[in-house]
Amino acid sequence: MPEIHTHEADEHDSAYAGLLVNDAHWAFGTDFEDPLAGVDTTVPEGIDAHELATYCLRLGDDALILSQRLSEWCSRAPDLEEDIALANVALDLLGQARLLLARAAAADPSLVPALPEGSPVPPEDALAFFRDDREFRNACLVELPNGDFAETVGRILVFATYRLSLFQRLTSHPDAVLRAVAAKGVKELTYHRDFAGRWFLTLARGSDESRRRLEAGLARTWAYRHELGEDDEAELVLEQVLATSGIAAPDVRPISTGGRHTEHLSRLLAEMQVVARQHPMGVW
Amino acid sequence: MVPAVLDQRRVERARAVAATVTDPELPMLTLHDLGVLREVALDEDGGVVVAITPTYSGCPAMATMRDDLLHRLQAAGFAEARVRVALEPAWTTDWITPEGRAALAEAGISPPGPAPRREGPVALSLSPTRRAVRCPRCGADDVALTSEFGSTACKAMYRCRDCLEPFDHLKEI
Ligand SMILES: [Zn+2]
Repeated sequence: MPEIHTHEADEHDSAYAGLLVNDAHWAFGTDFEDPLAGVDTTVPEGIDAHELATYCLRLGDDALILSQRLSEWCSRAPDLEEDIALANVALDLLGQARLLLARAAAADPSLVPALPEGSPVPPEDALAFFRDDREFRNACLVELPNGDFAETVGRILVFATYRLSLFQRLTSHPDAVLRAVAAKGVKELTYHRDFAGRWFLTLARGSDESRRRLEAGLARTWAYRHELGEDDEAELVLEQVLATSGIAAPDVRPISTGGRHTEHLSRLLAEMQVVARQHPMGVW
Repeated sequence: MVPAVLDQRRVERARAVAATVTDPELPMLTLHDLGVLREVALDEDGGVVVAITPTYSGCPAMATMRDDLLHRLQAAGFAEARVRVALEPAWTTDWITPEGRAALAEAGISPPGPAPRREGPVALSLSPTRRAVRCPRCGADDVALTSEFGSTACKAMYRCRDCLEPFDHLKEI
């Protein structure tokens, strides 16, 4: 196509010119590297590689699915500030997921779905985009629909409180990669928990309506809370937030899905995976 | 000259090259100033190995830093240079050098204060984050937080109540 210039061509002609000069400066360019490039991924002695891999996969799936859910808030949050905050929480979780899935793949490559010969899809993407719902190991709690802002706040609070407590313990795990992911995660999850905790308090002390929504949303989350495991420290923190907010722990029976996922996961995955699955040879 | 001295000079030269690479999102900071550049050494085959520690796990700038380091080292004649990622200990804003802090302030970004110390369980905080922040333009300490996130996720946005200018503060982690 012939180019028409009304003046001497200069760098201001295209708003995107700067992005195209050097591919390496476009953060999501073609060169998406192995997130563990340069990291020693030898499984330490005395650790079962398959067990370590499935454990990392579980932790990675929790982060990946909640990240995907929270991304649905983009451009829909109550205001710009909370929109960016939720996107940032989602980005942190995606970063954790990427490292954990890559760690799982490096520890036990047999877990990674087979792709066509010569596919450029890296192992962590193969795990994220080419597994079916039944192969995901995340807790049902993270796949539930967002609900309204109050429900999302309650869910982040519960999830981040348990995960922060777990990650603090994982900072002394024998596997150096998992230990490092946990150490970084602790800083991120502290922010997630306190961000959600502050909003929890604000909504609890807001209007009758905000309080009603907070309680209703928390009840839906609470029924799946047991999936996150027994953790006295996490429970203590949650009790503290509830007491400060003057909200009683929801009186709901735990919902057991018998190890299966809810129908919500397959819909979430359909949206998340459709493009990658149509282009297994695609380069992004 | 004995080989050890040559090796040492090569490492020093590689360190000098690596130290000039800048952060893509904070271009006033070199990777050395940022504290991301942890070590420059030689492997068994005499190749240069540069160790870096990532800042944030979701940070899109990390791949660029790695690319830039390799390109710069290769252009300087270190064809076999490698980048090793050291995940431990985790990066903290405490590693930003005094020169780096001065460069941030010079560019209108308020540098981070001391990172929170963590011993035992992380205490719950239900009140807004309080930081001792000064306006990088006029030095006033009468400032107001306008947003926990600024131009990038690692910065918060403040407004100076004295000179009324808005500015970014690099959050301490
Ligand atoms: Zn000022």
